[in-house]
Amino acid sequence: MTQTDTRVGSAAAGPAPGPARPFWTSRRRDQLTGFVFIAPQLLGSAVFVILPLILVLWYSLHEWNVLAGTFDFVGTDNYTALADDPNLGAVLRATGLFSVGLVVLNLGLALLLAVLLNQRLRGTIVFRTLFFSPVVVSLVAWTIVWGFLLQDNGGINGLLDTIGVDGPNWLRGESTAMVSVIVVQVFKNVGLNMVLFLAALQGVPAELYEAAEVDGASRMRQFWRITVPLISPTILLTSIITVVGSLQVFAQIAVLTQGGPGTSTTVLVYYLYQQAFQFHHFGYGATLSILLFVIVLALTVLQWQMRKRWVFHES
Amino acid sequence: MRAGKALRGVAVALAGALALTACGGGGEAEDSGPAKLRMTVWSANEAHLKLFNEIADEYRTSHPDVAEIKFDPLPFDTYTTTLTTQIAGGNAPDLAWVFENSAPDFVASGALLPLDDALKKAEGYQYEDISPATLKLWQNDGKLYAYPFSTSPFGVFVNTDMVKKAGQKTPAELIAAGQWTWDNALATAAATATKSGKAGMVIRDFDYKGWDNLSTFWAGWGAQAWSQDGKACGFNSPEMVDAMTTLHRATFTQKALPGPGTTADFFAGDSAMTITQISRASLLKDGGFGWDLVPLPAGPKGNYAVVGQAGVGVMKKSPHAKQAADFLAFLTNPTNSAKLAQFFPPPRQSQLTAETLAKTNPQLKPEQLQKVVIDGITSGVVKPSHSGQAELSQQVRAGLDPLWQPTADVKAVLDGVCAKIQPLLAK
Repeated sequence: MTQTDTRVGSAAAGPAPGPARPFWTSRRRDQLTGFVFIAPQLLGSAVFVILPLILVLWYSLHEWNVLAGTFDFVGTDNYTALADDPNLGAVLRATGLFSVGLVVLNLGLALLLAVLLNQRLRGTIVFRTLFFSPVVVSLVAWTIVWGFLLQDNGGINGLLDTIGVDGPNWLRGESTAMVSVIVVQVFKNVGLNMVLFLAALQGVPAELYEAAEVDGASRMRQFWRITVPLISPTILLTSIITVVGSLQVFAQIAVLTQGGPGTSTTVLVYYLYQQAFQFHHFGYGATLSILLFVIVLALTVLQWQMRKRWVFHES
Repeated sequence: MRAGKALRGVAVALAGALALTACGGGGEAEDSGPAKLRMTVWSANEAHLKLFNEIADEYRTSHPDVAEIKFDPLPFDTYTTTLTTQIAGGNAPDLAWVFENSAPDFVASGALLPLDDALKKAEGYQYEDISPATLKLWQNDGKLYAYPFSTSPFGVFVNTDMVKKAGQKTPAELIAAGQWTWDNALATAAATATKSGKAGMVIRDFDYKGWDNLSTFWAGWGAQAWSQDGKACGFNSPEMVDAMTTLHRATFTQKALPGPGTTADFFAGDSAMTITQISRASLLKDGGFGWDLVPLPAGPKGNYAVVGQAGVGVMKKSPHAKQAADFLAFLTNPTNSAKLAQFFPPPRQSQLTAETLAKTNPQLKPEQLQKVVIDGITSGVVKPSHSGQAELSQQVRAGLDPLWQPTADVKAVLDGVCAKIQPLLAK
């Protein structure tokens, strides 16, 4: 290519054997301008995304004892340990349960709210604001408040008590702890998906519904045959965001349950944190994060492939 | 392609710059100029920090080579995690407070500087005055890696107003009658809780997670988490099963202790009694309520005491390790040790007298100090600690979780705990 450039360059300079052509040709200037424009983004992703990714891979091949300050190459030992880890099954089960629960509840509720708030009724703006407001609240503050509400003698059980129901000890029961964490997370983020769905719904041409009405299609049929196909790109987008986000849940677990009771809410990211930062197995922690990366990547690729089947139109 | 070449150039330059900064962060470069020391502590208590800063200011006036001494309070719950994260990130402090539960890991790791020389050579230090019992946890191969800064026995703080109002005998009265046993303590707690609608007995910092604090309870039954050599699990021993059965009944049947998921802070007036260390006396507010401090009740095995320890070590990799060790010798010399004694019971034998401690502990009476502090330090067992404690602790926590249900089978749960941790203990 360099040679091609030289040829182009000399062609531009003409056959005259005059002084050497200037270094700053317009082509080079354009290239430089381009690089300067993308430099901040390039620098940011190099420092904060690509380099850590490479380092994590490097760390996963080492046994790193922070206290002793040793960093020994152990080859694939950490990966063998991963395959033999007796806790991994429970951790992946908890992660799967959380993700499925979150995605189904979050997307279902977000779509329902969006459809309801898309009606031209009084007060919808107030409700939209209400449902969206948790999105802008600090995650940890939100979770701490829910932690108080979910205590055995907390607000939720107090409320249940007034209607004569003896509520469970939400965060201490093996089954209720996971449900609680999921619900807290759904309420936190449902507003964001709701707004995305709302925007998509408002982009569906009204004449399609009018035509369907003339043809005698029921409301339900209109929803499944018109609304869902036309907002399917948004469903794809929100499902990717929600699945990836659900696999990275950490703060809620750390604040509400610390992975307990037992290991019922020890999801992959929390387990990774325990191994690396609490047990000081940084090498093994890095190996777990590679596993997380592979899972997220695989799911995203899968969803992206599936779009061909069920995403109705793409612009 | 030229674009590709330029891109490679940018990437290489970037990687180089990063490599340089990474080296700078974790390196042991000797700084020139006066040293700036940082010590991580778990307490953010104003009175504690004020005293630390006074001692540090005094030190700096005679040591111009130290420009600054900063005390950096880290949250209690995540103290050790935060500290190790700082070390991993190349941002280690110069001095660090270390808890007893992570002592074996820190002492054996080689991360800390041996202190024997610095302390023994310091002028007027009187090293031999330090009680050998308090040094044990912090030594490895005959070398001392951290100074036993605080050897704080656990006692029972009592809200005497609440107990009297419930028509119960106060612990002091029970002690006088020779009846201060766990059976009576739990009965008093249960009765007070029922009458007042507040909590009875709170084992502070336990909260159904920090299980090592339960050693203040089960030691009365002669139970222990693991054997002295750390190799055999003690959770399913008959003594432990007895102790935990009593605790389970007290929590779920008798309601002497608040159940899981219920918060109650003694110092805010939420409970009748709490088991904690005397360094927490600083949380008592003047005129809040009438209170007393008494020794732990007697268990089936008679009287006993449990101590929590914290040591202060110097990070070997600190560029100012020498100055840090010198400051530590100053911070813990006889004069300053006496000042610190108001919050942190000292390991110095000459200062472990009721009179000396009473001077700096105006809130505590001489007999409280004698019974709880001095007797506790000399006869107490230290809270459980083991190498790899964090992982062990997590396994025990997860293993004990099924116990905190009203219908739990105590023996089966404790067998389960041993099954989980035995492989780790055997390592």
